[in-house]
Amino acid sequence: MAVEELPLAKAINAGLRKAMRDNDKVLLMGEDIGTLGGVFRVTEGIKAEFGDTRVLDTPLAESGIVGTAIGLALRGYRPVCEIQFDGFVYPAFNQITTQLAKLTNRGRGTLRMPVVIRIPYGAHIGAIEHHMESPEAYFAHTAGLRVVSPSTPNDAYWMIQESIESNDPVIFFEPKSRYWPKGPVELDASASPLHASRVARTGTDATLVGHGAMVTMMLQAAELAATEGVSLEVIDLRSLSPVDYTPILDSVTKTGRLVVCQEAAGFVSVGSEIAATVAERAFYSLQAPVIRVSGFDVPMPAPRIENLYLPDVDRILEAVDRSLAF
Amino acid sequence: MTTPPPAVQFLATDGTFAPSAGSDEYLPYIEALSDAQHEQFYRDMFVIRRFDTECTNLQRQGQMALWPPSHGQEAAQVGSARATRAQDHIFPSYREHVVAKIRGVDLMGIVGLMRGTTLGGWDVNDPKNGNFHGYTLVLGTQTLHATGYAMGVNFDGAVGTGNPDTDTAVVVYFGDGSTSEGDVNEAMVFAASYQTPTVFFLQNNQWAISVPVATQSRVPLYLRPRGFGIPSVQVDGNDVLASYAVSAKHLDDARNGLGPSYIEAMTYRIGAHTTSDDPTRYQTDEQLAHWVARDPILRFETFLKNKGASEAFFADVEQEAADFAADIRRRTLELPNPTIDNLFDHVYSEPHPLITEQKAWLANYEASFGGDK
Repeated sequence: MAVEELPLAKAINAGLRKAMRDNDKVLLMGEDIGTLGGVFRVTEGIKAEFGDTRVLDTPLAESGIVGTAIGLALRGYRPVCEIQFDGFVYPAFNQITTQLAKLTNRGRGTLRMPVVIRIPYGAHIGAIEHHMESPEAYFAHTAGLRVVSPSTPNDAYWMIQESIESNDPVIFFEPKSRYWPKGPVELDASASPLHASRVARTGTDATLVGHGAMVTMMLQAAELAATEGVSLEVIDLRSLSPVDYTPILDSVTKTGRLVVCQEAAGFVSVGSEIAATVAERAFYSLQAPVIRVSGFDVPMPAPRIENLYLPDVDRILEAVDRSLAF
Repeated sequence: MTTPPPAVQFLATDGTFAPSAGSDEYLPYIEALSDAQHEQFYRDMFVIRRFDTECTNLQRQGQMALWPPSHGQEAAQVGSARATRAQDHIFPSYREHVVAKIRGVDLMGIVGLMRGTTLGGWDVNDPKNGNFHGYTLVLGTQTLHATGYAMGVNFDGAVGTGNPDTDTAVVVYFGDGSTSEGDVNEAMVFAASYQTPTVFFLQNNQWAISVPVATQSRVPLYLRPRGFGIPSVQVDGNDVLASYAVSAKHLDDARNGLGPSYIEAMTYRIGAHTTSDDPTRYQTDEQLAHWVARDPILRFETFLKNKGASEAFFADVEQEAADFAADIRRRTLELPNPTIDNLFDHVYSEPHPLITEQKAWLANYEASFGGDK
């Protein structure tokens, strides 16, 4: 089995190239993604390989990018749009929520919208306003969209290809602070389903659930907890819509305690939805209330104080302590 | 600013044939029209106005949630639609009823939308529907869809080959209110950058519900695309011959690979924005009288009568319109309400566990009452 050590950004690049070689209807569009290779270099070199009708350096207009991608999809193309940063998706929000998400339903089974929207998201990079947000909940709340977020290079490589193969629109959140660390990518392993969650570490005392960059943090917390004799199970959500609840409910049935972790603000968040669903479905298994570890319900702050806002290993362990003490 | 040229016009308000200055390049399209085509234009306009009246009545009788009439705009729509070729694609706003009809769509699709039995209405991929895409209610969004579609046409090499049966143009309809939306302007940026075969067809009906076009723009709207590098022309939208000829020319240019263009059809919405509107609150009697005197159907009727069209022809059109309206009324009243399947089945194209679970729950819940719900 071929395994290559790749950073997550290069794993997405490899996945995009694979999808483009497999299907000549796949094309990439976005700001600065061609000649420059994207501001994070995720698409580096792809224009040189596939040319400027497969990799479009578009005008600087997010609604235009998504709106024309919808038209291209109606023509039979499978566009993959890059939104340069999380906080710049809002000019495209109308096209995503009122058109892209709705056209399949409006078409009563006659239309397909195989459009992927890649969004680098999240903090830990010391950037200024609009460059470190976690807007997943807006999209997970919108019927008609699928929302995913890989946490490892291997998942990134496979999930981008599966997202492109999906006949429904997929919002693909890339944890930008994880772009650079390397991890093993199994190049010819069969992919796990796009919407399956994954047990990243097994444990018995409490369950941690999260996605994206938070998975690394949860694993670090579990490592530290183990040194104090506490066994934490860690679940990587991978998919935020739909959520694969089976591994979560199985885990909570075993541990009786759940801490949901996310960078996003907690109010009306994906973590809130998971907490509510677990409370509904695993009530008698729970030994403690479900606890959320989230960002605060304030704007993402200036980068010099991002660490005050962001959940970290200590805040996860503080929540675990509260759960265990209940 | 230099004085802009007059809008392209072939029929004066009184129905006499009087080409405007600067209309020469469009004249060959007029000269190529047969009497049968003239009669078809009239038939199209007359029947759709009767349809509009019927649907307005149905709404007043509680049989529809809403009706957006096209009364007054028939010439702009018929002329442009009759200029399209079979392979062209049409992206409408929500008032282009006669365009849908000309392209082959059963207008019960539109009735279903407005009665409230569906969010869709017709299958754009079914060849009988003439590549007429879905109605779009968020103003201006469709201009980007049309431009993206046209980018795909370019990538497919389906323009400029010289084959009149495969070279493809994409027409997008929108109104004067929509021109203020960002999407319409972004569409012009993309269309110009990628030199897409898009024909932007603006029906300037003078009103965005109650707000006059002067609030949308301080310059004639057809001048705006020139700043984007898109050639444009203003046409008398109540003159079906002018609308046809100008559209035919620009559609040919698009198919021939000459890039996008923009047509502003000057027309007027006689009556309400929709059945929820009260135009007496913002429209003066004088304005209305001015435009009623420029009615597109009366003007063309005079032209046809001057050319010697028979009384039998006009009687036949009246009968067709009455039959068409009666058929729409009958079928509207027969339209069934949608079922639970309609709620869940097409949200995603592939299974989605939350939707599957909620559908099953609702079916059980409904069944718990026993009998038919």
